[in-house]
Amino acid sequence: MSLREHADECLRINCELVRSILTAFIRNEVTKFGLERVVVGLSGGVDSSLSTFLAREALGPDGVIAVVMPYKISSPESAAHAREVTELLGISLVEVDITPQVDAYFERFPDADRVRRGNKMARERMTILYDQSAAKGAFVLGTSNKTEFLLGYTTLWGDMACAVNPIGDLYKTQVRQLAARMGVPDHIIKKAPSADLWAAQTDEGELGFTYEEVDRLLYLMVDERRPAGELAEEFDPQFVEKVRRRMRDTQFKRRMPTIAKVSPRSIDRDFRYSRDWGR
Amino acid sequence: MFRLGLAQMTPVLGDPEANLQIHLDWIKRARQEKVDLLLFAELSLTGYHLRDLVPDVAMRSDAEPLRRLAEAAGEMSLVVGFVEESSSFQFHISAAYLEAGQARHIHRKVYLPTYGMFDEERYLDPGDKVRAFDTRFGRCAILICEDLWHPSTAYLAAMDGALYLLGVGNSPGRGVHGETLATAEIYRLVCRVYAQFFQVWCVFLNRVGFEEGVNFWGGSIVANPMGEICAQAPLLEEALLTAQLDDSEVRRARIFAPLLGSERLELTLRELDRIARERAE
Repeated sequence: MSLREHADECLRINCELVRSILTAFIRNEVTKFGLERVVVGLSGGVDSSLSTFLAREALGPDGVIAVVMPYKISSPESAAHAREVTELLGISLVEVDITPQVDAYFERFPDADRVRRGNKMARERMTILYDQSAAKGAFVLGTSNKTEFLLGYTTLWGDMACAVNPIGDLYKTQVRQLAARMGVPDHIIKKAPSADLWAAQTDEGELGFTYEEVDRLLYLMVDERRPAGELAEEFDPQFVEKVRRRMRDTQFKRRMPTIAKVSPRSIDRDFRYSRDWGR
Repeated sequence: MFRLGLAQMTPVLGDPEANLQIHLDWIKRARQEKVDLLLFAELSLTGYHLRDLVPDVAMRSDAEPLRRLAEAAGEMSLVVGFVEESSSFQFHISAAYLEAGQARHIHRKVYLPTYGMFDEERYLDPGDKVRAFDTRFGRCAILICEDLWHPSTAYLAAMDGALYLLGVGNSPGRGVHGETLATAEIYRLVCRVYAQFFQVWCVFLNRVGFEEGVNFWGGSIVANPMGEICAQAPLLEEALLTAQLDDSEVRRARIFAPLLGSERLELTLRELDRIARERAE
């Protein structure tokens, strides 16, 4: 068996097992903090649809509030798919057009490039989700997957921000497997993944490789810690180097901010308590 | 013959008082099921990811919560998991065997995993003994989680005369591309192998619930001395698993193949001594 075939084999998940772990996880995390529901930013893509399906199964129809937050140039298909998911699951939907708040800001900074604008949109959505979570007495449910996290293909304090994330340890191709098993509509699973921050943006176009190929590489690099020499036999060395560099350069996004140490016990350095302390 | 109960429960992290109440509730439930020996998981009185909470939740082996549990158990015997503070102020992951109102045996976890997702030896001190001990049901030994990943501990317990290996753990679930969790598969293998080759009853009790995103998968099992799984609890759900255990099964296995009787301790000792000497050179 080639290394590539081995990776494909290992990336195949037992969907029913993962489904039972992730729904139990959501139920446990929400109820142990004395809450009953989550809010989830639903884009109409496969990741947020899967998170929403899992939460609906874990908490019932009253336990999930989907928030759809289009911008004026967002693909109308995205919001349509989000609405379709809420109708399928019988959950409530809050729609907030973020155009006024984003445009009001960039009126002052008209030269901002599309990356700044895209990040701003992601962070505006985050503020809305957190406000809705306070209004509804709910947790913000995360929708980022392991591939995005490892590549740093996320907006810091934007789409990454959440209280709990059920799918953050699943690679994109595994998200697709579980989404199919849980009944996420096929056209949502099959469409080209996009952050939808500008017209015709696609993840794979921007990253320069496919999720299928990078998931194989990430699995071998991260989960199995295969040395570069072994990877070079199966993958283009430039591709391997590009991914390795992306991981290293975006490490800051996967950590809390650095605190300068001066006291005997500094938070998270030598003041070490679990988040679930007392839960 | 006696009835074993495995309390596949969820403790509260870092709250021994709340956990004491949870234990009392399970003891009541086990009494209704006519359990004679009830096992609680590793660190059942404290939860697992304690980190800097270790000294705050630690207790002496004669502490009030353990005394209260021994009293509440009445006729029932118990195994309870806790952080033990020694007289020299060292902290251990311990399991107490409580019978007739007192602690009859304490096992301090010998192997503290400190790699990958585990950090135990940063906060805790390893035990230095593996001992079997007598109970009203026959000779038992307690092993805690990672101890079971070292066959030497089960070997010592069996050589020391244990008929019942009582494994208790806080095993995190990992590996989701097989029929079941990869970790569940490993413990199943461990229990079957130890049961069959040491010709003992081998039990593994795992807790359930989540801490820090980690799932404790439950799936507690009982393997008989022929190496067959004869009771199994569900994955991920709280459950009281019960099984009838009997030393006549041990007798039957040892008549069928007298592996324990023919074990050459002197040879093992001599060779281990040689290996240790050669390694030190």
